[in-house]
Amino acid sequence: MATATVVDERVARTSSLTKVLKRPESGALVAAIVIFAFFATTTDTFATASGASTWLRGASTIGIMAVAVALLMIGGEFDLSAGAITGFTGLVVGVLTTEYGLNIWAAILVSLVLALAIGALNGILVMKTGLPSFIVTLGTFFVLQGVDLAGTKALIGQVAIQGMAEVPFYDQPKAIFGSSVDILGGAVYASVFWWIAVTAIATWVLLRTRAGNWIFAVGGAQVSARQVGVPVLKAKVGLFMTTAGAGWLVGMLLLFTTSTVQSNTGVGQEFIYIICAVVGGCLLTGGYGSAIGAAFGALIYGMVNQGIVYSGWDNNWLRAFLGAMLLGAVLLNEWVRKRAETTR
Amino acid sequence: MTDQHASGTSGTQQGDIAPGGSSVPVIEVRDIGKSYGFVIALTGVSTSVRAGEVTCVLGDNGAGKSTFIKILAGAHTHTEGSLLIDGEEKTFSSPRSALDVGIATVFQDLAVVPLMPVWRNFFLGSELTTGFGPLRRLDVDTMKTTTASELSAMGIDLRDVEQPIGTLSGGERQCVAIARAVYFGARVLILDEPTAALGVKQSGVVLTYIAKARKRGLGVVFITHNPHHAYPVGDRFIILRRGKSMGDFAKSELSLDDLTSMMAGGTELESLAHELELTMGKLSPVVQEMQADVT
Repeated sequence: MATATVVDERVARTSSLTKVLKRPESGALVAAIVIFAFFATTTDTFATASGASTWLRGASTIGIMAVAVALLMIGGEFDLSAGAITGFTGLVVGVLTTEYGLNIWAAILVSLVLALAIGALNGILVMKTGLPSFIVTLGTFFVLQGVDLAGTKALIGQVAIQGMAEVPFYDQPKAIFGSSVDILGGAVYASVFWWIAVTAIATWVLLRTRAGNWIFAVGGAQVSARQVGVPVLKAKVGLFMTTAGAGWLVGMLLLFTTSTVQSNTGVGQEFIYIICAVVGGCLLTGGYGSAIGAAFGALIYGMVNQGIVYSGWDNNWLRAFLGAMLLGAVLLNEWVRKRAETTR
Repeated sequence: MTDQHASGTSGTQQGDIAPGGSSVPVIEVRDIGKSYGFVIALTGVSTSVRAGEVTCVLGDNGAGKSTFIKILAGAHTHTEGSLLIDGEEKTFSSPRSALDVGIATVFQDLAVVPLMPVWRNFFLGSELTTGFGPLRRLDVDTMKTTTASELSAMGIDLRDVEQPIGTLSGGERQCVAIARAVYFGARVLILDEPTAALGVKQSGVVLTYIAKARKRGLGVVFITHNPHHAYPVGDRFIILRRGKSMGDFAKSELSLDDLTSMMAGGTELESLAHELELTMGKLSPVVQEMQADVT
């Protein structure tokens, strides 16, 4: 028996291009480049600094959630309450500060604790009952939606937070969550940097830490994972808490960028996150996918969302495009997965 | 689990003495049995497992094989007789306590995650890390090299440890699971019907690796209902029928025909008598390697 080396001479048979194409995020990357090229050539404003500033901002908050949802989907679960929680956390901060005069940092902390508690509740309910996460989080989604609408109205008598900018120390969290810097004449919002940071950290965790190994394992084969000693409960509850934590971050970014939040903020976005994650290469069945792919998925969403406006089309076409994109991505993912499972 | 490499290094020495050379069996059972209330699932079973030997447990469905291995694996506690580990009487309270004395069980479903690369599967749940605090990360290079070298020590030659384990054949996956148990400090491997779901050729591959594990000085408990799989690799045979032991034999004490007829009363299995030889041919490398290992 020859001594083993990591690189076998037979590996050379697969070219590096095939290797790149086999990565789960490559489809989304190619699609993003094509879509950028399309709008950059067909419209005047799309590729300018100010144009890019708009679609990057749109993509960033969706992207943060899509990355967290992608981790959760790789771990084999869904979270339909992920959209509603972005509105919920913003409303908590808004109501506590404008109506009850709580210190703004204390309010931010309270909303974070509440978000993590909701995430933990989602996770524990899913794991202890054995019910599909689709059902459990559908429940928490509707509860949150009701609380957002009725609770806000009952407490402040309106459906949107007003007077946020007059809250003492508003400028401090605004600098962290809602400011922007000028780069080449276009404003780049804080949310874009948060998005890049979240994507980088998520990718690192997924591919280079024990936690990442466990996420793939619990999504791919939960029973096997438990047999070899992976803490399944901890991993799954952690994923739900991460998603809720990302929801809190996006809630803060939305609140401090626009200095207001509506009681229906985030509702309806939960499926967009899932679509972005799937476009980015996540399997609906779990165990396979990528965080950076989900970020590309969100980039596509942001570019199309704004590109349609710049092209002067009816922006309802966005929905049709997203649906087609999802179907195409699912088919591509299935094909890639089958190849991954059978290529020898 | 503490002496991870001990089995690998000491294995070669023990392999030279074996089979039958070491004096104290790693596992010895004396008149062991298990009853659930009034139901006697297993009774009066005696045998031993030595380093560098393969003990085959044969029996038809419902003969008590799974009860027997669950006692050895620590999943069930025996209710009669005694269980001796390295000559000392022990009672296992959990699979963990069996693992701690180096008894590892490879179950039929193998506990692998098909879409994950081979090296990630190999170390799943016991990942090697480097760095501290928030920068604690997987030691990817070491894990890949170790996986490749451990597999190649078992004679499994993979093109790329990065390929998903689902792309391997059933036999190869079985072998990865065996190699993993060996690496994580197993002295005795319990293999639960490793050839049951495999074709003839793949079964041959797994049998070769069982012979290799024995050569490395491990004790192997090989559960099967196929005497033609058991006989070429086994050193000791125990036949179970209806919860009772039909006897515990060294290889010198019985022939393949004896084994076959004892097991099933010599009916339908007669037709399969030369299944392996016929399908694979006497001159096939697998059969030859197996024969070389046996003699």
